[in-house]
Amino acid sequence: MLTLNNIEVIFDNIILVLKGVFLQVDQGKIVTLVGSNGAGKTTTLKSISGLIKTERGRVTRGSIELDGHRLDRIDPSAIVKLGVAQVFEGRRVFEHLTVRENLLVGAHTQSNLSQIRQDIERIFNYFPRLAERVNVKAGYISGGEQQMLAIGRGLMSRPRLLLLDEPSLGLAPLLVEEIFSILKRLNQEEGLTILLVEQNVTMALAIADEGSVMENGKIVLSGPAEKLRGNDDIKEFYLGLSEVGTKKSYRDVKHYRRRKRWLS
Amino acid sequence: MYYVELMINGLLVGILYSLIALGFVLIYKASDVINFAQGELVMFAGYVLAASLQLYGFPLALAIVLGFSSMIILGYAIERVVLQHLIGRPAVAVIMATIGLAAFLQGLAPFLWGPETKNLPLPIPEGPVFLGPILFSQIEIYAALLALVCFGLFGLFFTKSRMGLALRAIADDQQVSQAMGINVKLYFALAWGLAGTVAAVGGLVWGNLLGVDVQLALVGLKVFPVVILGGLDSIVGAMVGGLIIGVVESIAAGFIDPLVGGGTKDFTPYILMILVLMIRPYGLFGKEQIERV
Ligand SMILES: Nc1ncnc2c1ncn2[C@@H]1O[C@H](COP(=O)(O)OP(=O)(O)O)[C@@H](O)[C@H]1O
Ligand SMILES: [Mg+2]
Repeated sequence: MLTLNNIEVIFDNIILVLKGVFLQVDQGKIVTLVGSNGAGKTTTLKSISGLIKTERGRVTRGSIELDGHRLDRIDPSAIVKLGVAQVFEGRRVFEHLTVRENLLVGAHTQSNLSQIRQDIERIFNYFPRLAERVNVKAGYISGGEQQMLAIGRGLMSRPRLLLLDEPSLGLAPLLVEEIFSILKRLNQEEGLTILLVEQNVTMALAIADEGSVMENGKIVLSGPAEKLRGNDDIKEFYLGLSEVGTKKSYRDVKHYRRRKRWLS
Repeated sequence: MYYVELMINGLLVGILYSLIALGFVLIYKASDVINFAQGELVMFAGYVLAASLQLYGFPLALAIVLGFSSMIILGYAIERVVLQHLIGRPAVAVIMATIGLAAFLQGLAPFLWGPETKNLPLPIPEGPVFLGPILFSQIEIYAALLALVCFGLFGLFFTKSRMGLALRAIADDQQVSQAMGINVKLYFALAWGLAGTVAAVGGLVWGNLLGVDVQLALVGLKVFPVVILGGLDSIVGAMVGGLIIGVVESIAAGFIDPLVGGGTKDFTPYILMILVLMIRPYGLFGKEQIERV
């Protein structure tokens, strides 16, 4: 469905952030993209949704294709209409708009009003907590509710492909579990394809079909999720487990990382 | 009784200040542009209306249609031709552009239609009326009603229409709005078109009250005390701010001027503005930064 073919992304004509990224997302799958801070995960998502263009960024090499359409050549609003929605890191709800108004703005590309109303009901079905806060300004609901709203708002454009940027960020583990299980349901019940960027690797690999690891603007490892779950390097760096199963401190990991790079 | 009369007259003029400020707020809210040319837009609208009536002898209805359509187009064109290219530039560059725009309109209007003062007659009965024991000028009452209708319509537009909702979303987060498929640039131009519409209403009533020449642009000087008092991005703030400034002026003129020999009316709004800047820099109704715990 989605193919990133060796893309290079440059900001302000000089800052090279993505250095040849390959990524394949098949219809109906959940694919996760993991990697440490600053690896280029968010930039990858913004390249797909076209939003790098709003930050003076460009795809300078390679191509991004969605079912044969070249996404790297069209505007963000056209990409939304092709069925791609991005849920931002840090939630970014419209704080001064109510929950319902946030959802309505999510439906900006939709013109059928009765369908919009049904979609709101459908989202309340998946996220019952939102229904209770429907007329509250989004700035005043809890972090977990904001994340649910951000996802719901993304769904309002009726996407086939949902791009999710670190939905677990800053949320309590129980809440993360709740949200991830809803994502899994959306995938199974509605056939929604999901590209999930995460730092919570355990959770991400638990619901994903495929995974890729990004380092320093490149994909350094990819494969089926169950295989990655067993991968020693992944355990070492992201799950915080060394061979004997004890937790390693971040400094140990960093020290270790300086000696050994992925696949080098 | 004298006090009540001052108050009410202050409110009547104040709502007309609010009307001018509304145009400013629409632009600032949508695109963060501080427009120093709002007074000039009002003046230009007044010129189009007065010239249609007096120079070309058009009937009032046609003059109004021309006035409104040309202001919508002018607002839209300003955004497309000038400001669109300044998106992402430092705020100072944008401010300078609007100041340049003001000077351009100051030159263009008398160039097209002559510098002499023109009347903008409206079919409203002249002369004052008594409402109870208080004397009012009829035109001011009609003008105030028109301004209130404007505010009502914009209130509905922003809360009930999808376009209004999109504009509020843009005001909250431009990038996310784009990710929702909103064509942000088009909406900036739309906001300017709306500001042009409001300027046309302003040109109609202020042109009628003061006569139309380049001096009409001076009504724009009231924008800053009003929006700083009410909050740069608040429509309710523009309304309340205008009313307060109107009342303060009226009371200064009626009470303080006789004591000190005149002139306080013109600077009291600015004293109020400076006080507000010190106490509540985002204005009485300015968008509060939402902080959750
Ligand atoms: N708009 C931008 N302009 C310049 N550099 C950027 C921009 N966005 C991201 N970067 C840089 O790209 C790198 C990757 O950032 P990002 O994609 O946000 O990483 P991640 O999401 O994996 O933490 C960082 O070094 C960051 O500074
Ligand atoms: Mg990121």
